[in-house]
Amino acid sequence: MAVKVGIERVTKQYGGEGDAHFVLALDDVSFALDDGEFVSLLGPSGCGKSTLLHIVAGFEDATQGTVRVNGKPVAGPGADRGMVFQDYALFPWMTVMQNVTFGLRIKNLPQRECERIAREHIALVGLAGFENRFPHQLSGGMRQRSALARSVANNPEVLLMDEPLAAIDALTRNALQEEILKVCDARDGRPRKSVLYVTHSIEEAIFLSDRIVVMTPRPGRILEVVGVPFARPRNDATRLAPEFQQLAGEIWSTLKSHIKPN
Amino acid sequence: MAPVARSGSALRGKLPRAFRLVVLPVIVLVLWEIGARMELFNPIFLPPPSRIFSAAQQLLLSGELFRHFADSLRRIAIANVIAISVAVPLGFFMGLYRPFEEVIDGFLNILRPIPPLAWIPLAILWFGLGEKSVVFITLISAFFAILLNTIAGVRGVDKSLVRAALSLGATRRVLILQVVLPGTLPSLFTGFRIALGVSWMSIVAAELIASSSGLGFMISYYRELLRSDLILVGMLSIGIIGFLMDRGLLWLEQRLLPWRVRLEL
Ligand SMILES: Nc1ncnc2c1ncn2[C@@H]1O[C@H](COP(=O)(O)OP(=O)(O)OP(=O)(O)O)[C@@H](O)[C@H]1O
Ligand SMILES: [Mg+2]
Repeated sequence: MAVKVGIERVTKQYGGEGDAHFVLALDDVSFALDDGEFVSLLGPSGCGKSTLLHIVAGFEDATQGTVRVNGKPVAGPGADRGMVFQDYALFPWMTVMQNVTFGLRIKNLPQRECERIAREHIALVGLAGFENRFPHQLSGGMRQRSALARSVANNPEVLLMDEPLAAIDALTRNALQEEILKVCDARDGRPRKSVLYVTHSIEEAIFLSDRIVVMTPRPGRILEVVGVPFARPRNDATRLAPEFQQLAGEIWSTLKSHIKPN
Repeated sequence: MAPVARSGSALRGKLPRAFRLVVLPVIVLVLWEIGARMELFNPIFLPPPSRIFSAAQQLLLSGELFRHFADSLRRIAIANVIAISVAVPLGFFMGLYRPFEEVIDGFLNILRPIPPLAWIPLAILWFGLGEKSVVFITLISAFFAILLNTIAGVRGVDKSLVRAALSLGATRRVLILQVVLPGTLPSLFTGFRIALGVSWMSIVAAELIASSSGLGFMISYYRELLRSDLILVGMLSIGIIGFLMDRGLLWLEQRLLPWRVRLEL
């Protein structure tokens, strides 16, 4: 399979070596995200998940190493890498429709085409009828659906999501996990999206991913890469399967020894 | 039970609001009037409310109050238009381009602590007594309020909004016009409101010294005539006008930036 995102020996340090606040956030991290693959970065707080995602997004530079998207080295943020944030990052002065068409308008698509694509994606995340609402008029879950629609409508090469459901209540979260899979799935002749997803929930990582990159902190390193064999589409039955619980237990027991009390 | 209690508290919250607002001023006015009539204090220093009221009537009917008010207002308008058109673009560039800010910042930081009133002698030397000096003093005080709030506004634009925009393919132009600019507007409004407030403070002082019209002049003129009732009318006018203008700006802000006000609730 073609490699979509190549992360090659990426190291990131904050502060100079020997400084009091020196942090080795990422230590020689390498892996590849294949085309159409859903990979989660899983690990305790401070293991460098966000840092890695931000380097892929182009918000930050790696101290050493390279990130390639479709073989091209990343130099700064761009529309080929769509980002979904924990705090939604919807433009508060724009309606849902204006938010979702933001990237499309930049591409100079005709107005009608922008709106058609936006409507399609707003409906896809279950927000049909809310096009003219402002973010402050929506619940947290609805805001994250809008943000998801905005990123996917822009049709990036890869979707980057940094704990998008961390601020969502547990009941809505389960529904939104399925929503995310649905939105990223192949449809209308479009191939499945490639997704790099950050979470610290083991269950969430298993439910969503094809592979899970388990990371450990201080310094941020990859502990292991776990394949998730469960068939798609995944649903509530997937969560209840004994294999699901067993995999969760295995990942927890490998991680546990690396989580220091502090 | 619960709904009844709730509607009860709604009533309690709503009906007496007007009452709550006026009760203290009314008590003060009544005691003041009684005190003055019983000559507990010298009415030259503090005339009774009834005298102030008739003085206000007199100033209003003769058109004098309005004339001075119009002069002050015109100067404030000119000063703020100039301050906004210089400070907003300057603040925007200073907020956006750090090297630019560093070059200008040291200079501004020395000018900023100088009270606007300390500029009066120089203003009179440069522009003479009258309109220009007063506008200049007012301009200086408004300028810094707007500049600092513009810079803070640009800096304070939510970082994840900027990142979201860049990840959606925003060019620099789109980023500045569609993200940074609207993101700065709440701070700009705060700047305008503060500027208007300090404008009234400094214009009165400037008119006391450097002008022969305006509310500040009116107050100092009646001091010479020992007309404390007319002085108080001038003072109260400034208070009321300042309050109304601030409310007007607040209303405008809620109209233009509904998303912001709601977010704060
Ligand atoms: N801008 C920065 N300056 C200094 N240190 C930083 C900076 N950003 C992150 N770090 C440090 O790098 C390490 C990794 O941070 P990162 O935010 O990537 O962790 P994370 O895995 O996303 O954690 P969380 O699950 O809490 O979000 C942490 O020790 C953090 O303190
Ligand atoms: Mg993080």
